Formats: sequence, structure tokens, C-alpha cells
Amino acid sequence: MARALINLPRTARRGEVIEIRTLIQHVMETGYRPGADGVVVPRDIITRFTCLYNNEEIFAAELAPAIAANPFLSFSTVATESGILAFTWTGDNGFEQTETRSLTVT
Amino acid sequence: MSSPSSLRLSIERRALGAGLLAVALLRPARAERPGLREAVLGFTGGKEPSEGGITLDIPPLVENGNTVPVTIAVESPMTEEDHVRRIALFNERNPQPHVITAQIGPRAGRARLSTRMRLATSQRLVAVAELSDGSYRSASAEVIVTLAACVEG
Amino acid sequence: MRRVLLALLLAGAASAEPRQSGFELMSPGTQAMQRDDSANPGMLWVEEGRALWDSTGCASCHGDVARMRGVAARYPAWDAASGGPTDLAGRIAQCQEARQHRTPFPRESAEALALAAVIGLQSRGMPISPPEDPRLAPALARGEALYRERRGQLDLSCAQCHDANAGRHLAGSPIPEAHPTGYPLYRLEWQGMGSLQRRLRNCMAGVRSEPYAYGAPEYAAIELFLMRRAAGMPLETPAVRP
Ligand code: HEC
Ligand code: HEC
Repeated sequence: MARALINLPRTARRGEVIEIRTLIQHVMETGYRPGADGVVVPRDIITRFTCLYNNEEIFAAELAPAIAANPFLSFSTVATESGILAFTWTGDNGFEQTETRSLTVT
Repeated sequence: MSSPSSLRLSIERRALGAGLLAVALLRPARAERPGLREAVLGFTGGKEPSEGGITLDIPPLVENGNTVPVTIAVESPMTEEDHVRRIALFNERNPQPHVITAQIGPRAGRARLSTRMRLATSQRLVAVAELSDGSYRSASAEVIVTLAACVEG
Repeated sequence: MRRVLLALLLAGAASAEPRQSGFELMSPGTQAMQRDDSANPGMLWVEEGRALWDSTGCASCHGDVARMRGVAARYPAWDAASGGPTDLAGRIAQCQEARQHRTPFPRESAEALALAAVIGLQSRGMPISPPEDPRLAPALARGEALYRERRGQLDLSCAQCHDANAGRHLAGSPIPEAHPTGYPLYRLEWQGMGSLQRRLRNCMAGVRSEPYAYGAPEYAAIELFLMRRAAGMPLETPAVRP
């Protein structure tokens, strides 16, 4: 499993806009780069990222090979209710990883 | 050093190694790559985006094209009636024009997205936002990429 | 062979203030990436190292990794087994081999870098304090000699770039003073984590000289000299560099 770092507050006031930052370990091989043997290394990237807040999608992104290795994404959401945020990265060669974090809204 | 102010060195291209090589090979190899404008109009369905109300924040001079921080922010109240639906970023001279497309909505609270991108070479970038009323806004930026020194040969 | 004329553009005056970390020469964006742990990709390797610390049994003898505080700041250290200096990576490998009776993670493997990164992080902000060990004197002298020795087709010594021309530019890049304050670190050029040895290999290849093999005693000697030269500067692991 790839290492992932997710940064968001543990608690927030209702209605507050919170910032979420994510980093995940991934080579993001572009599919344009020749390897040591001169043969182009096949593409191996994360193609999609989603963030679900209590099962409702609040953010999604389509990623191209132009996204840097170890993709970083920062976005925001309104703290509406306490619950679980689920972060899923999917990509080439069956890559799929989900991480969850809880948020307490006061 | 003999002449510290203007030391010229004749180096085999390979001496600078992977950096230069990578740049050379990332150059649009395919002539059929859609242009920047085509890519933008593909996203907007042919509508001309207006300027203003959106910022594309990226350093004008980049010390390494592998990992360039970029932030797109759109002025919007992000309410049910008036919000940003999608934000996309396109480039002029990578092998493919697309960088990222994000779907957001009123629950984002703020129409703002940050990521890090690759720049094969110095070029222009365009960010486009799709608003809930079906209109589009765009902002562009020029970036100069300098070459890394002393990289793997 | 295709040749290009590379102008070594030595623009601007060499910096007057001695002992400046490579951090100071970076763009604000790259500095921000290093400063903020939620944005620093090196922290991914730190997390990996934290997991390995427990899963590979380091914790069973050493307890919490926080007890490694200060350790990274005083390497390379004397190693009785080899009768010379060993760097932190070498010391970790030794623990795996001698005390755990297992094959150590190879140098520059993701696992080896991860362990060095999590141990290095425990000393972040602490002053580099190389051991005052008279047994290290010959290696220190050798390290300095290697630093001053001209090498490669370009016939340049480390000192010519990093002492005489620090702060000036080589092509687009500012030349740092070569203080090893942040290793292992995330180099944008590598798109990943790497050790000081990897960095030194890049500089050796840059002057078109054949780098020593990973783990060669020359690296420990050069590192010993560089750490002595950087004594007192705060450790930055995991740093970010262009
Ligand atoms: C069987 C017990 C044992 C295990 C397991 C073990 N070590 Fe050690 N380690 C030691 C002892 C004992 C020392 C001190 C030896 C000495 O001072 O000569 C040491 C020293 C070290 C040092 C040097 C500390 C210093 O102050 O200079 C490092 C770094 C280290 N170990 C890392 C690790 C790592 C990483 C692992 C897991 C991969 C590990 N060790 C597993 C027993 C162990
Ligand atoms: C031709 C000039 C040149 C020579 C010779 C050279 N280097 Fe470098 N070195 C550089 C440049 C330029 C950088 C920074 C590269 C970058 O950031 O892209 C660098 C970076 C470094 C760093 C990283 C500093 C940091 O902040 O992490 C170290 C350490 C280093 N060099 C050591 C050495 C040693 C030891 C030698 C001799 C074996 C050497 N260099 C030879 C130009 C040189």
C-alpha cells in the first residue's frame, strides 16, 4: 500500500470552511519517458481522486501525466456535520487506495 | 577557476544527463497534440471564456520543472444558486494539454484548488472555470523553466 | 558525439556570509514545501520509516523512535568493525546485520531511506555536532583532500564550486555551499527521496568523473568533512531541494 498523508482539522465549527491537503506516494510515470533500455516506460499514473463526506462526493479530480510524482492536492469543504471523510485514489494497473479520517463538527 | 566571471565549459550534452534528456523527450513528440486553445474550447464546448474573476498562481521562474506548485482560485460565493462547477488546467507544451480537472460545488465553500505539476519546458498555462450559470472564466500565466545542474548522467 | 557549449554563467558575487544552507537559495515555493509537513513529500518516506521501525523490530530493542533524538546529528561516527567512519545508513545496516541477523535493506532502497528519514527527523532543528573522536582524524583529512582534489573531464574540485563560487549560478542553478543539512531529502529533480551519497554522485557525474560505488569509504570521508564544516548548523531532515 502506498503511503498517504492527509491533513485536515480533527474538529471544526459548523459552517466553517476547512482546508484539506493530501499527498500520496506514486511515481506518476508519464508514458513518454524512455527507461534505461531506451524503451518507453508504460504509463502508470493515478487518474482519479475523490473525496466523500459521509458518502456524498464533495470533490473529485481527473489527473493527467502532467501531475507531479507523489501527487499533492489541496481543496476545501464546508464542515456540515460530524462524520467520516473518505479519500480514494484510483489509477493505472488497478491502483486503488482509500483512506478515511473522522471530523467532529461542533 | 581560471576566469571566474565567464568560465565556459565544453560539455557533451549527455554530461548534464537526465535533466536535459528528459526535457528533450518530453517535448511534444506528437504533432497531433491539440493546441492550448483547442483544449480550452474542448472543455468549454466551444464557448469563449471571459477573463477576470479567476487567478492562476504559479511561479514565473521555476527551478525544476518536475514539481511546480500551482493554485487556481475563482471568485464565487459558492452558494446553491451561484457556484463554480469545474476547474481545469491546460498547458501549451507538454506532450498532452490536460493537467487536471476538478469537480466542486457549493459544499466546497471556496473555489480554490492547489496541486503540483510537471512542465516539460517554458510555456503558457491556462486555467478555466465552469460556473453554475454555464459561463466560463479563464486566466493564463507564462512560466520559464530553468535547467537543473549536476543531475544524474 | 554531439557537443554543446555550456556557459558556466557565474553571475553575481559570491556570498559574503559564510555557512548558508541550500534552503536559503531556494524559491519561496520550494521553501514552503519543505517547511510545511503536510506539503513536504519527504514526510511520505518518514511515515514509511515509522511503520518499518515497528514492523522490522527496531522498536523491540530501541523503544520509541523518538529516543533516536540527536543521533543523526552526530554521524558519521567511528565504527570499530570497519576501523573507520560509518554514516547513519551504514549504522542502521549494521544493526540489521549484526543484531537482527538479517540482510540489511540495500543502500538507496526506499526502506533504507525511510528508516534514515524517520531517524533524521528526530534531530530536526538540532545543531550538527560531529563527534570529536581522534580516531576519525585520518578519515577527516582524507575527506578534505577529496573535497579539494580536482576531478573529472572538467577538472574541477568540489571546493572550486562550493567555496570559490558559492552563491553564483551554474546554468540556471545557484551553487550552494554544500552543507549536508537535510539528508536524506526529497529532490525535485529525482522526484523522490535520496541520500547524500546520491547527491554527491550527481556532482561527480556533473564534472564527468566516475562516481565511487554506493557505500565506498570515500563517501563517508567526504561526509565527515562536510559535517565538520557544517558543525552547528541545524539539521533539516527531511529537506526539499530542486
Ligand atoms: C537486538 C536489538 C536491536 C535491534 C533489533 C536493533 N538495534 Fe539498533 N542498536 C542496538 C544496540 C545495542 C545499539 C548500540 C550499539 C552500540 O552503541 O554500539 C544500537 C545502535 C543503533 C543505532 C546507533 C545509535 C547511536 O546512538 O549512534 C542506530 C541508528 C540503530 N541502532 C538503528 C536501528 C534500526 C533502524 C533498527 C531496525 C532496523 C535497529 N537499530 C534494530 C540494538 C538493536
Ligand atoms: C560544477 C560545479 C560543482 C562541482 C564541481 C560540485 N558541485 Fe556540488 N553542487 C553543485 C550545484 C549547482 C548544486 C545544486 C544543484 C541543484 O540544486 O540543482 C550542488 C549541490 C551539492 C550539494 C547539496 C547541498 C544541499 O543543500 O543539499 C552537496 C552536498 C554537494 N553539492 C557536494 C559536492 C561535493 C562533495 C563535490 C565534489 C565531489 C561537489 N559538490 C562538486 C555544483 C557543483
